[in-house]
Amino acid sequence: MSEMAQTAEEATVRRPDLSNARLRKRYAAERRFRLYGLLAVLAAVGMLAVLLGSIVLNGYSAFLQTHIALDVHMDETVIMAEGDTPEAMADANYRALVFKAIERRFPSVRDMGEQRELHRLVSGGAPRAIKDMVLDNPALVGTTQTVWVKADDEIDMLHKGYVDRTLPENRRLVNDRTLGWYDSLREADLIELQFNTTFFTGTDSREPEQAGILGAAVGSFLTLFVTLLLSFPVAVLAAIYLEEFAPKNRLTDLIEVNINNLAAVPSIVFGLLGLAVIINFFGFPRSSPLVGGIVLALMTLPTIIISARSALKAVPPSVREAALGIGASRIQTVTHHVLPLALPGVLTGTIIGMAQALGETAPLLMVGMVAFVVAVPSGFTDASTVLPVQIFLWSDSPERAFVEKTSAAIMVLLAFLITMNAVAVFLRKRFERRW
Amino acid sequence: MIKKSLAIAAMATVAAVAAQPASAQSRDQIRIVGSSTVYPFASTVVEHFGRETEFKTPVIESTGSGGGLKLFCAGIGVQHPDITNASRRIKASEVKRCMDNGIKQVTEVKIGSDGIVIANSADASAVSLTTKQIWLALAEKVPQDGKLVMNPNQKWSDIDGSLPDRKIEVLGPPPTSGTRDAFNELAMEAGCEQFETVASLPEGEMEKACLTYRADGAWIEAGENDVLIVQKLTANENAFGVFGYSFLDQNRDKLQAAKVNGFEPTVSNISSDKYPLSRSLWFYVKNAHVGVIPGIKEYVEEFTKEGTWGRYGYLVEKGLIPLPDDERKAWREKARSFEPLNPDDFMG
Repeated sequence: MSEMAQTAEEATVRRPDLSNARLRKRYAAERRFRLYGLLAVLAAVGMLAVLLGSIVLNGYSAFLQTHIALDVHMDETVIMAEGDTPEAMADANYRALVFKAIERRFPSVRDMGEQRELHRLVSGGAPRAIKDMVLDNPALVGTTQTVWVKADDEIDMLHKGYVDRTLPENRRLVNDRTLGWYDSLREADLIELQFNTTFFTGTDSREPEQAGILGAAVGSFLTLFVTLLLSFPVAVLAAIYLEEFAPKNRLTDLIEVNINNLAAVPSIVFGLLGLAVIINFFGFPRSSPLVGGIVLALMTLPTIIISARSALKAVPPSVREAALGIGASRIQTVTHHVLPLALPGVLTGTIIGMAQALGETAPLLMVGMVAFVVAVPSGFTDASTVLPVQIFLWSDSPERAFVEKTSAAIMVLLAFLITMNAVAVFLRKRFERRW
Repeated sequence: MIKKSLAIAAMATVAAVAAQPASAQSRDQIRIVGSSTVYPFASTVVEHFGRETEFKTPVIESTGSGGGLKLFCAGIGVQHPDITNASRRIKASEVKRCMDNGIKQVTEVKIGSDGIVIANSADASAVSLTTKQIWLALAEKVPQDGKLVMNPNQKWSDIDGSLPDRKIEVLGPPPTSGTRDAFNELAMEAGCEQFETVASLPEGEMEKACLTYRADGAWIEAGENDVLIVQKLTANENAFGVFGYSFLDQNRDKLQAAKVNGFEPTVSNISSDKYPLSRSLWFYVKNAHVGVIPGIKEYVEEFTKEGTWGRYGYLVEKGLIPLPDDERKAWREKARSFEPLNPDDFMG
């Protein structure tokens, strides 16, 4: 390499020049290190890809639902059996209309037991769909309409190819007779996949084809609203006080340590606290978004306080000194200068805290939000559930069709989370200032 | 500006929060808690009930049988649930707890049966077990030459030559589950009582000997999620799983059930109690709430309708095993007249 090295070599005993070898070794070590790092990243990305891939592969079919075309005769004698007022028409036996329509499609099925099986081709929700149709448009009474009704969940599974037809009958979800009916419908093009709007507009149901996530999504929204309303102001005020006004002494040190500890407390503990204090002592209604929101607010408080404090800390002292120097009061310094500059960081922390609260189930278990709720909650005290709880409940259901529903609900939850995190990143990129 | 509106929002929340207990004083929606085994059936009934009556759809929480009865027996009033589901009968201690808290009248309704199956992958060979063999496979200590020794059985064929030459691996429910309680009673105790060595032990020791599961990896607690057990069984041909009948019903393409004491877990065998691992499912109604919370009477009627829990009712499609006809009739009458259970039957 350099001249000096060569002259030194000439001057002393001739030794083999190892510096090149050592250099190569160092470069090799560096390359290996980089390779390990890259492998670690690839492993993480690979795991994420497997996770997302399996969820998407399992779940994409839940966004579609098998429908069967039926020629339903809107029989006057059935619909207007009790009179022609809307109330009487709402009470009519629409099941009979649906059953008759299927029986007409397969006139050769005469046996009572077989007919019962035949009726099971279509969803139990089909009569309600016909009822809504008739009530919306009473002119349909007396006519025959071709209606696409939802197929039963087992037929849905069959149509989507989740049933192995080569298996012997006693090991198959669908028996030979039903398979025959399905094939005949298929040949006549009377069965097809349509977009599953019910998944987004329906609420929880024990029938997979009628189950939807609207109730849980609204519940999540109400719960997070309460969480945000409670935790954001409290956390920001606490952070400002601790960072800008509080003296540095034993007491504030203790508080700081405790906030950090609270951030690491398992979330179920907050659920127990909610059960003991909020429900049993204050008597707030169980299973309500209000209680869920309070519990989640307690849980996210430390997260937001910590991130808000570090955002405030990042504002350079020169800004404060300048403000104080031209005569601003301490409150003015904080509200006019420090807080606006720290706000992007505070908001980012809040959004990440909210995203964490959105995915939480454990504390909600204790306050009764793991529940079967059919109605969409209309207020903060109505019984409701949230998205991750809905996923948990579906994942534990025996019906095969809930497997895809579970994955689809996970996709919706992930979409919400990604959106929230994207907003956080955007806010940071757009408004953050570096000094 | 931001601060001002935040402060207003915070105050509004506090006001809303303060106003809450007032609205909690009345309730027009039935609250149900209890067993996760009964949950799929009860929620189906609730859905029908909500759709077909003008009452609000009840809310069901899945808390487990024990947890449900604890909440149920906590007291009378709108903040306590009206009905609890259970996958076992109420215990004497729980009846006492109810009585102590002023709940004097509770209606008991038996709704049907559920089988606990021991199943393995459909690709493996089917087996036929006895409760005796089940206990020998799973207990920590088994009798040998009149003494209890650490369980030496590593393969099924070590227990009995007719069983497959495969490693013993059984996935089962954790101790918190009602399925585990029932399995303990119906399989483990029934099996171990057949051994002289154990039957001669004093009561406390006998229970310990019967119900202590081996810890060397042959018995695996797989958590409450039965779907997970099903997945593990399909992946491992050696493994057996212990779970409810409805999961077998939905996974016939992947799983097969073992015969127990010579009986297959079929609807008729479970309903007639021939299959030894069958248990009853129940729900309990607080009589003091009937007529106060609207709809309880109608809910009980809906549940005990022939079209619901009968032989061709919609619960059967969900995997419920109906009671025999005469028993169903008797329970329907009891339920609809809200005949309270007699605490003396439990106190002994």
